[in-house]
Amino acid sequence: MTAPSHHRYVSTDRRVREDRRFVAGKGNFVADIDLPNTKHVAVVTCPHAAARIKAIDKRAALKMPGVHYVVDGAELAGATLPLLTGLDTPNVPRRPLALDVARYSGEWVAAIVADSRAQAEDAAEAIEIDYEPLPFVLDAEEALKPDAVLVHEAHGSNVLLDKTFVWGEVDKDFAVSPRKLALRVKWGRSSTVPIETFGVVTSWDPWREILDVYASIQMPRYADQIGLALKIPTTSVRVHYDVDVGGSYGVKRGIKNTVLCGYLARRLGFPVRLIEDRLENMRGGDAHGPERLFDVEVAFNDEGIVRSMKMRALENVGAYAGRSPFQLGKPIGAIVGPYKIASVKYQAIAVVTNKTTQDAVRGFGQGPTNLALERCMDEVANVLGLDPLEVRRRNMIRHEEFPYLIPSGTTYDSGNYETVVDKVLANTSYQDLKAERDRLRGQGKLAGIGMAACLEPSGGNATFEALLNPAITTSTFMDSCRINIDGLGAITATMHTTSSGQGHETLVGTVVGEVLQVDPDTIRVTRPDSLNSLPSGTPVGSRMAIMLGGAAFHAAQKLKDKLTVIAAYDLGIALERAVYERGEVFDRNSPDKRRTWADLINIAHRNYHRMPEGFEPGLAAEHIYQVPTGGTLPTKDGRVQMYPCFSFEFHLLLLSIDPDLGRPEIVRYRLGHDCGTQINPKIVRGMTMGGIAHGIGAALYEEFAYNDDGQLIAQTFMDYLLPSSHEVPAVDIVDHETPSPHTVLGQKGSGESGYLGAPAAVANAINDAIRPLGISINTLPIKVSKLGDLIADARAKKGN
Amino acid sequence: MRIELNVNGVTRTLNVEPRTTLLDCLRDALDLKGAHAGCEHGVCGACTVLFDGVAVRSCLMFAAQAAASAITTIEGVTPGPGELSLIQDAFCETHGLQCGYCTPAMIMVAHALLADNPEPTREEIVDAISGNICRCTGYAQIVEAIALAAERMRGVNRPRSLNK
Repeated sequence: MTAPSHHRYVSTDRRVREDRRFVAGKGNFVADIDLPNTKHVAVVTCPHAAARIKAIDKRAALKMPGVHYVVDGAELAGATLPLLTGLDTPNVPRRPLALDVARYSGEWVAAIVADSRAQAEDAAEAIEIDYEPLPFVLDAEEALKPDAVLVHEAHGSNVLLDKTFVWGEVDKDFAVSPRKLALRVKWGRSSTVPIETFGVVTSWDPWREILDVYASIQMPRYADQIGLALKIPTTSVRVHYDVDVGGSYGVKRGIKNTVLCGYLARRLGFPVRLIEDRLENMRGGDAHGPERLFDVEVAFNDEGIVRSMKMRALENVGAYAGRSPFQLGKPIGAIVGPYKIASVKYQAIAVVTNKTTQDAVRGFGQGPTNLALERCMDEVANVLGLDPLEVRRRNMIRHEEFPYLIPSGTTYDSGNYETVVDKVLANTSYQDLKAERDRLRGQGKLAGIGMAACLEPSGGNATFEALLNPAITTSTFMDSCRINIDGLGAITATMHTTSSGQGHETLVGTVVGEVLQVDPDTIRVTRPDSLNSLPSGTPVGSRMAIMLGGAAFHAAQKLKDKLTVIAAYDLGIALERAVYERGEVFDRNSPDKRRTWADLINIAHRNYHRMPEGFEPGLAAEHIYQVPTGGTLPTKDGRVQMYPCFSFEFHLLLLSIDPDLGRPEIVRYRLGHDCGTQINPKIVRGMTMGGIAHGIGAALYEEFAYNDDGQLIAQTFMDYLLPSSHEVPAVDIVDHETPSPHTVLGQKGSGESGYLGAPAAVANAINDAIRPLGISINTLPIKVSKLGDLIADARAKKGN
Repeated sequence: MRIELNVNGVTRTLNVEPRTTLLDCLRDALDLKGAHAGCEHGVCGACTVLFDGVAVRSCLMFAAQAAASAITTIEGVTPGPGELSLIQDAFCETHGLQCGYCTPAMIMVAHALLADNPEPTREEIVDAISGNICRCTGYAQIVEAIALAAERMRGVNRPRSLNK
């Protein structure tokens, strides 16, 4: 399966079909769905970091206008099963409403159903709850201590996961390396924070026994999880995938909201909806991202060649497990980044604390790992007095060395890192950038150059699940497409999940159009509901271009083959002589002998007498596509092939800091990006730019900060700062295309591009800028206040 | 309470609770779903509509406060079913959006900007949209969309002899 050199539609500058409805305000977002007689849900949250729930008095609330019902944790737990988690931690159950003990400030304790959302909120204030505040722990290192407060007493410790892997001769490599360096790097608690909160509408039909679910969801096995928790068959759960999701980037996993509303709809007999408000979302939406402490050691030589690495990653997952501990696992598939590090020791620890529960965030842990690795590369350069770009070049895997097996067992598919770096430096030289930095320094600014060379694992072969939890034996990761060509020759293709801005309808249309050689704009793309769907792994792990694209490609190929067989039979020629071209099939030896699209449709749909004997009538095909390179489980020594494709990005930026204010400003930003074949360049560029903006946020502005009382102090957009157009610089993006040998068109993933390297590049630039003051900073986010204080202290010590 | 609202050129009499925000009124009472709730505390801008031509946050005002003014929503600037305005088309051309949640508000801001300033610089566009948060795009293709719309709008009234 090599990439064709010429495409009709793929990689061309085409519009994104989804855009038309959105620019007119005609998206179908969950809050836009008005089912008749829908009632509204609001939640009551725990004000303490940890508290025993001694009594809940609902009486006053139930008397309030418009109020229909109040449900608490005990009632819900009696009727539903705990939510699925990835690890085997039965004594850390996760439920939609706290049962007996609430474990973080903002945790949902009860829910009210009323005629209007305003009435439900009014009633929430009238519910009286008798809490007994309990001791709590917020910091991951504190939570690890033997005498720590236990978040879940029955579990016996705060540790959910503690696994150490050694890949290669780490001790020997450290022993023979002349130089070592240790670094502590912290990734602050931030997340993707979509502008649309999570929302869900549920409706139960007792006569058909179907729970209809409309949700702004992005979650694998969503329907399964609803069915399991509510104890109803999945054939009674109908998730509507045609709901547009207003941004997700990983976190729209509102399973607890859905189970709560699913229960209420069944219990009460009318539709209910819970559209989180911003407070509910930020505190109790369980949508925080990684908060990770790295202790990294690298062993290297005087030339800056890094031979070995020891990395300990301590993750503060918050109060309940969810899938978040697995975010320590995915980076194993790219643990050495784009570098030839020969051996690695990796310890992954996940602890619970009394903070909001995490869920999956863009990159699934890869961004923090890339930060730790890239900070190390800069420090290696620094101690040797070498240029950081030169150190990276010396360590990079070379184009001719692919496919490249890394110590943890994954083989990188393809890459041309040195060329991407060269292309970034082709427009303006590195020397010019340094000259500009030095000119800014001459003007009294603190100025620094930052870079990051990072990988984006893509395709979603999530075997880290089996690596971290041996009870899991999943090696199947799939996506699907079904195509029907109707009796008039019109084409409809399907996809089987929701989207949150990735342009998947455009993806399917483009790929099917490419294979069948018909205008993609004429192809209808639909989203059947979950009861009519084929398997989909949903848009996670930068997988859809590869996986949905792969499924659409193969389904279209099956139809193309079918059309060719029908034509050859009707023309009375051997199949080898039949050539498919733009919907027609002709005889290679006699091109005038041909069957048109209309002929072929007519034969397939109406002239069975002209079909090969026993041939399936009609023109429909489906394909369920298994992830390329997938299908193996980890070996006993902890090695496994993870994601199939590896996109590469090289960030290079110049940043200046006002030394009095500590305010950083990005002066120049260049990015080299290689995600193989770009199916739609507009989409790839948009995702990459959005990823950079998000990465700048994680580096400089965004943090779910807590005070010592365990209260989240960034609950609104006035405290949790999302980058505006002022904070995001113009970025000069240089594309390069190294096709993946594993995918149908050479494509790789790009859904997490930009974000996976921007935080590291910004952190490196700030450190380059403040190094002359003899200081460094390795904790994100690097907020103005923190940076300003650090600079002021350093200057005071220096006496200026 | 009874209020009269002029929305997209049509005046309607409505019964609303005094505490109903303009945003909730537009979405729930008038079924105009193009303005979206993002933060409901005036930061993200996803609820932006035009208030006598000025871009405002409909989550921060009561419906009752909007009586006697002309409110324009995304539905009011869309020329017709299936038809796009020049600005909407420019957003499609540059793909100045992804999930579409902040998009109607961005387009309302673009309308307000271009009504006042037919030839905005990049800085002026960046400034105009800086009160509207987009989490998907990093803004680049939004800025390009507005610049393209401005260019095309200027072209609309140019004498043909100058269009070379």
